[in-house]
Amino acid sequence: MKLVEGRVRIPSGCAISGIISRDRRKFTGERIVESMKVMRERSNGLGGGFAAYGIYPKYKDSYALHIFYNDSNAKRECEAFLNEHFEIDEASELPTRKIPEITDEPLIWRYFALPRPSRLAASQLDEREYTARCVFAINARIDGAYVFSSGKNMGVFKAVGYPEDVGRFYMLDEYEGYMFIGHGRYPTNTPGWWGGAHPFSLLDFAVVHNGEISSYDANRRFIEMFGYRCALMTDTEVITYILDYLIRHVGLTLEESASVIAAPFWSSIAKKPPEERERLTYLRTMFPSLLVTGPFSIIFCFEGGMMALNDRLKLRSMVTAEKGDMVYVASEECAIRAVEPDAENLRYPSGGEPVIVTLNGGKDNA
Amino acid sequence: MPNYILPDFEVERRDDRCIRCRVCERQCANEVHSYDEENDVMLADELKCVGCHRCVALCPTRALKIVKYSGTFRENANWSNQSILEIYKQAESGGVLLSSMGTPNPCPVYFDKILINASQVTNPSIDPLREPMETRVFLGKRPQNIERDETGKLNNNLPPQLELSVPIMFSAMSYGSISYNAHESLARAATELGIYYNTGEGGLHEDFYKYGPNTIVQVASGRFGVHKGYLDVAAAIEIKMGQGAKPGIGGHLPGEKITEDVSRARMIPVGTDAISPAPHHDIYSIEDLRQLVYSLKEATEYKKPVIVKVAAVHNIAAIASGIARSGADIIAIDGFRGGTGAAPTRIRDNVGIPIELALASVDKRLRDEGIRGNVSLVVAGSIRNSADVVKAIALGADACYIGTAALIALGCHLCRTCHLGKCNWGIATQRPDLVKRLNPEIGYKRLVNLVTAWQHEIKELLGGMGINSIEALRGNRLMLRGVGLNEKELEILGIKHAGE
Amino acid sequence: MKRVYVNEKWCLGCRLCEYNCAFANSGEKDMVKALKGKKIYPRIRVDEHDGITFAVSCRHCEDPICVKSCIAGALSKEGDGMVKLDRTKCVGCLTCVLVCPYGAVVQDERGAALKCELCLTNTAGYPACVKGCPNAAIVYEERD
Repeated sequence: MKLVEGRVRIPSGCAISGIISRDRRKFTGERIVESMKVMRERSNGLGGGFAAYGIYPKYKDSYALHIFYNDSNAKRECEAFLNEHFEIDEASELPTRKIPEITDEPLIWRYFALPRPSRLAASQLDEREYTARCVFAINARIDGAYVFSSGKNMGVFKAVGYPEDVGRFYMLDEYEGYMFIGHGRYPTNTPGWWGGAHPFSLLDFAVVHNGEISSYDANRRFIEMFGYRCALMTDTEVITYILDYLIRHVGLTLEESASVIAAPFWSSIAKKPPEERERLTYLRTMFPSLLVTGPFSIIFCFEGGMMALNDRLKLRSMVTAEKGDMVYVASEECAIRAVEPDAENLRYPSGGEPVIVTLNGGKDNA
Repeated sequence: MPNYILPDFEVERRDDRCIRCRVCERQCANEVHSYDEENDVMLADELKCVGCHRCVALCPTRALKIVKYSGTFRENANWSNQSILEIYKQAESGGVLLSSMGTPNPCPVYFDKILINASQVTNPSIDPLREPMETRVFLGKRPQNIERDETGKLNNNLPPQLELSVPIMFSAMSYGSISYNAHESLARAATELGIYYNTGEGGLHEDFYKYGPNTIVQVASGRFGVHKGYLDVAAAIEIKMGQGAKPGIGGHLPGEKITEDVSRARMIPVGTDAISPAPHHDIYSIEDLRQLVYSLKEATEYKKPVIVKVAAVHNIAAIASGIARSGADIIAIDGFRGGTGAAPTRIRDNVGIPIELALASVDKRLRDEGIRGNVSLVVAGSIRNSADVVKAIALGADACYIGTAALIALGCHLCRTCHLGKCNWGIATQRPDLVKRLNPEIGYKRLVNLVTAWQHEIKELLGGMGINSIEALRGNRLMLRGVGLNEKELEILGIKHAGE
Repeated sequence: MKRVYVNEKWCLGCRLCEYNCAFANSGEKDMVKALKGKKIYPRIRVDEHDGITFAVSCRHCEDPICVKSCIAGALSKEGDGMVKLDRTKCVGCLTCVLVCPYGAVVQDERGAALKCELCLTNTAGYPACVKGCPNAAIVYEERD
């Protein structure tokens, strides 16, 4: 039996990188691929991927569903489900480039879809929750089908391979967007499955993560109370769900969410001014099971920007820099210099200190 | 009429070491030892010996040894000595057999079949001597939603919480079942440690009102000692529905233990038996429990969390789910191996289920129903060391109650004769000459030492797992593996087997 | 000065202090060898009456009557406050035993006086009665 995500828990070390134009200026995916390329050392060819925002302006109001199929049976079953629940504007194979470095690809399809109004009304859910639940249903129930991207005007591209090869495979140079994140994976088990590569995404949220969290099962068992199903058993998946829960369901801000998952130590909280102390104590007391421990650095993206965050001990490297309206986040400085030699304001954020970048003129929250 | 009872122990005295100081004689409330002046020899009446080891501990020349009685009936794999002796006792007395402390029978201890994880290579272990390592927990209800004021600031909408510096509390032991000095030791230790002790169903001695902020007061079926002041002074109120050592039955503190002081604390006449009924006679169903929970909350203006304590019985998951929905802030579950000051032997040794299985199934059920976050879970029933605490928390508990371990720290040698009221260690007795043997100045420090030592060990274990806050351990069952457990046991515990 | 104090509330009357005292002042390394088969002459004694027990030893008075009354000059008040007995000078008149208001001076097996010297003059180094008290009823501390 092949060891795949969902059957075993696969910890991994990684490289991450993120680039955003705060003015929403578009640039091609080539830059993120270049940035990842110099961190080849940090991955081992067993997983690479990207998320790109602003790439589907023509279908910006539809959910772009990227789906892996093991075979045509899975595709048939999944499409029946999709047709039942969504109105599909366009269905096509996701364009790829045949290269020797990437092999054994599954069927990779893309659908631009909107929930069927009658179904949506009957469900009494909002559109996003309805879509999220459909994604969960496909991933849990339809054997051989896996939705790995489900946001609007954004897309996730991932595969088993080195990130730069994955970028070429998906022809990222032909996509233009205002924000990209990339991930190169160094798993400690051999994953056999493309769905297990990163980023991990739900709706317009996408997360790349480097680390191995020690709180995994505490977080998983808590978050699963709220309808999430952690099918992949990866850290990235659970962190995405935690952020989705805190932001979308509970209504916390990004900063508050960061104070939950990388909460300051009690000893630090005690030194804060009274109002801040009360706020942080409240958040820790309210959501103790969503504290994430163990090493991690993550970039969390949403339609309106990104947040970079380290674990509270800063057990993983992470650098940020700026140049004009551009903001860069990466595991290593070289990944930033590779695409912006003149990067300024280089910073090494402290453990637990969120770096939040939002689009100019946009709302300042997910 | 001669009885057929055999002694439990033999007193071995090395005469070459005995200096006839007679400390053993003076210290034995059971009057085992005596001195024969004529022959200058120490004598022992072994039938009276309960094996409490007071004499052994105080003998200055280590001349004493208490060993198991070596005499035996004709060997019989089916009829143990114990079984035969119990029949003799009942044939003589016609009464129910009484026992104290937790069951000594070899029932499976699942904690011993669970192993803990540690980090290697892929993530770093954390050294608690160099990095912060947090053991603070809050117990109480958590609301479903956040609230903000008009400026967007978060409102603190949390119901009252108990803050613990370490997830350990002293479990309920009443003043009456244990001594004034034992209570004072527990109260002072809880205060110094930043944790809580529990009055049990014995009321609260007026001297101890000053420890109120670290006191959980109990309301049990006899309602002994319950009044407005008692509720008001406490940090939390516990409704005791059951006890692990004796699920389904009440309590009975014999009249000789109801001294002047105990009578005042319990609000009953001196010398009368204090009988707690088996059920609460105003709680015959779950909706009645809800009424009591809210009565107590009303009486204390919703300022104090209410704990509902139940014994671990077969249907515990459903019971806990019902309690979680009846307004309780905290559920305490007491397992089969839990201790008691006195219980019918047959009940103690045969009724209930082990705490590990109860905890695992309750935690799972509450999660399946999506309400685990609404209520805290405290477990009890033979938490013997810091590893048991860590395993309990990884299985899903928020905190543990320790009773027996606390008494052992105070000097208890687990002789299991609390019900006789002649505790040589000054713990389970009201006899003034015995009570004074427990100096709370010593007692409270020993308790503080014990919990502090466990806290250090918990931090070491957490650090090994790469976890730096106990919150991230709660319900983190991937950190556990079973050894020598069958598939059903693993399924109930929700853990994998070692090697998986 | 640091003195030995007894708290009657915690004294159990076990008399371990008496044996620890006798052993500490025996010069022997083993308690069995020191005390087995012997009558002991401890410098601290437990008084017992009506269920109350209390260990008594020298208070090392500020103005010790025993020192004043000693006809042989064997008792002296030392610089550190301790009342010391030079047994080589003691003539066994027992005036000190008579005058001590606490009954803290006793007779040894030879008939000479015997009193607590806080284990500062033997090899124990710290009052053995204090160290061995199982209930912290005897303490060695500085009080105002």
